[in-house]
Amino acid sequence: MSSTYSPSRRALFRQAGLASLAVAGGSSFLSACATSGGGDGDGERAERTDDNPFGVQADAPLSVVIFNGGYGDDYAKYHESLYGEVFPDAEISHKAITDIRQQMQPLFNAGNPPDVLDNAGAEAMPISTLADTGQLADLTELFEAEAIGFDGMTVQETLNPVAIESGVYDDKPLVLNYALQVYGLWYDRALFDERGWEPAETWEDFLALCEEIKGAGMAPLAHQGKYPYYIEQLLWDLAVKHGGPEVAYAIDSLEPGAWENESMKAAAAAIAELKSKGYMLEGTEGLDHIQSQTRWNEHKAAFITCGSWLENEQKEVAPEGFETTLAPTPLLPGAALPFQTGRVEAAEAFIVPAQAANVPGGMEFMRQMLSKEGAAEFTKLTAAPTVVNGATEGLELTPGAASAIALIDAGGDDNWNYYYNKWYTPLEPKIGSAVAELAAGRIDADEFCSRAQAAADETANDPNTVKRTRSA
Amino acid sequence: MKHGRYPFIVGFLVPGLAIYAVFVLSPFVQAFHYSLTDWTGISPEFSYVGLDNFRRLLDDSQFLAAVRNNALLLVVVPLATVGLALVFAFLLNVGGGASGAGVRGIRGSGFYKLVFFMPQVLAIPVIAVIWSVILEPTGNGLVNSALGWIGIGPLGFLADPDLALWCVMWVLVWGSVGFYLVLFNAAISSVPREIFEAAVIDGAGRLATFLRVTLPLLWDTVQTAWVYLAILALDVYALVAVMTAGPGGPDNATQVISLQIAQNGFTFGRAGYASAMGVVLFFLTLVIAVFMLRITRRERVEF
Repeated sequence: MSSTYSPSRRALFRQAGLASLAVAGGSSFLSACATSGGGDGDGERAERTDDNPFGVQADAPLSVVIFNGGYGDDYAKYHESLYGEVFPDAEISHKAITDIRQQMQPLFNAGNPPDVLDNAGAEAMPISTLADTGQLADLTELFEAEAIGFDGMTVQETLNPVAIESGVYDDKPLVLNYALQVYGLWYDRALFDERGWEPAETWEDFLALCEEIKGAGMAPLAHQGKYPYYIEQLLWDLAVKHGGPEVAYAIDSLEPGAWENESMKAAAAAIAELKSKGYMLEGTEGLDHIQSQTRWNEHKAAFITCGSWLENEQKEVAPEGFETTLAPTPLLPGAALPFQTGRVEAAEAFIVPAQAANVPGGMEFMRQMLSKEGAAEFTKLTAAPTVVNGATEGLELTPGAASAIALIDAGGDDNWNYYYNKWYTPLEPKIGSAVAELAAGRIDADEFCSRAQAAADETANDPNTVKRTRSA
Repeated sequence: MKHGRYPFIVGFLVPGLAIYAVFVLSPFVQAFHYSLTDWTGISPEFSYVGLDNFRRLLDDSQFLAAVRNNALLLVVVPLATVGLALVFAFLLNVGGGASGAGVRGIRGSGFYKLVFFMPQVLAIPVIAVIWSVILEPTGNGLVNSALGWIGIGPLGFLADPDLALWCVMWVLVWGSVGFYLVLFNAAISSVPREIFEAAVIDGAGRLATFLRVTLPLLWDTVQTAWVYLAILALDVYALVAVMTAGPGGPDNATQVISLQIAQNGFTFGRAGYASAMGVVLFFLTLVIAVFMLRITRRERVEF
């Protein structure tokens, strides 16, 4: 739902329409959003107090723009009401849109952006470019401020570490990724109970289970082939759990040979094996997320690759009694990480533009979002966990959300994440293409690794790309 | 009357020209300008990089794949569309042969015209969605279940790098034939019936009538159609973006220049680079239009 990779059809159409205007001869559309200078944003601050750590001017208006995707915008209205309780004189403007890029790009170019922006969805602005061009306010102040509802802890101390890590560009925290997403294999617990199946922990057992499922006339695995991002999650999970997080560090840092690592090769071979043994739903490589997930709901396939927004996304379609449940990816022989781990990603990128009229107000809004009350309300409304630790305690959760949060908790420090797709946006579709070919059985593991490596090398050698590195 | 003529004409021309200059010409000029910069598209700041963007295009494997695919579209789509539309228009008008009442079209020609024109009523994204459902890669797809009856498939169609671009071309042709059929139909209708009747009396068969009489008389219209279709073939963004995987299709099989412009300009934050692609596309379109109109110029047939 909030995923960048499940573009809604409507969004695509709109983009399609606009771009065909642009194309007939020259990129006239691109340049229609003309550039012009911007003003200074920070403005004057009021006195800083314990209740007002950023010095927000009590009557300064606050403008909030929310991506109106799978999470909706009710949670933001709630956060705005929290802000309004502290600053009753502030006029708050609330805008919920889906075409972030089209509407926000001209405002950024004109130096007139909103105070808080939820830069998410299929049409989010490229976050690394925003960071590199100095468009984002430094959030250090926010993370060092006192958290609301946590007895003297700083905001940073209340957050899952991935929240900070994922928002750092050039050693500065610039982005607040608010929702927590975890990836793995999803299945219907009710169906598995009925058939006496159990998600496997080892690759060997997984293959045996697939054989059994296939024997029962069902496809063992479906994926959203039209968007290779989904099956790429399985590849990553297999590789990193086999070789440890260093596999991801090397790839993110564009190290030579990172994609040809032995663990990545083993993971690619495992995906190819699933295809060659006929364990993938027939034609799944050509289905989009709606088609494949619906088939999975119809029990045409036992497992599907996805992130934790799946349950919410499918709730209109899922039949009565369907228990959406997350299973960790099985382990290849010789795996370095335990079974109960996964890729945990902080998503839904909230930013305060550096040019915003009310930067301190934007940060205060974020502090309200990260309060115990604000975070719990988000999970209540969306069934998705936030980066705030312990905010879901005592909430009654749906099976999908419960299993997702259980995996996040069980994995703890062993959970991992990768960033190459956000750091080097042009590289992602190239890797996606190669993954799609691998999963469709048109190239083998060696060919996949060398193709992915070639694409990564191309990025590494491109002088116009800002390089980033990470290590343990 | 004469001394008031110029203010009158100018009065009508200026507003139109002004609007054209602001909304058509100035974006072009700006695109040329931005193609020389490293503008990201989301920051007011940029610096000049000379022709660097154009140099980078030569090493961009995805852009080159896009150019190759566009080139193939450029050859196949106009050829197929114009060919089919001409044949259909000929059949609908003259194909019925001569009878006592003179030359006429095949039976039910009005109905066929309506059916062929139908796709024109639908928006491109709607067409794209309809066809992606028809060509669905599993046994459930309409085409695949039909193929299943005769023991073939299921085929991947839009998910198969060998088939995807051909499927897109098919949809493009399917969606355009109706319009050009009507265009050629109008052109044929304006040709005096006697010419066809004379040809029939002289003993010309259908093929000879088509090649020797119809085609030469319609040459101007065909030429115009060709240029329009060439431009259409350079911009298949909506079809590709909605129908095929990726975007850009399986293994970049349906990657096209317009898709690359959108991706670089919006998703990757490389508006300057995307503008350079736009400039290339502009000249490509210009060259093709001039080439088609000059090279294929023939002596006009008067009637």
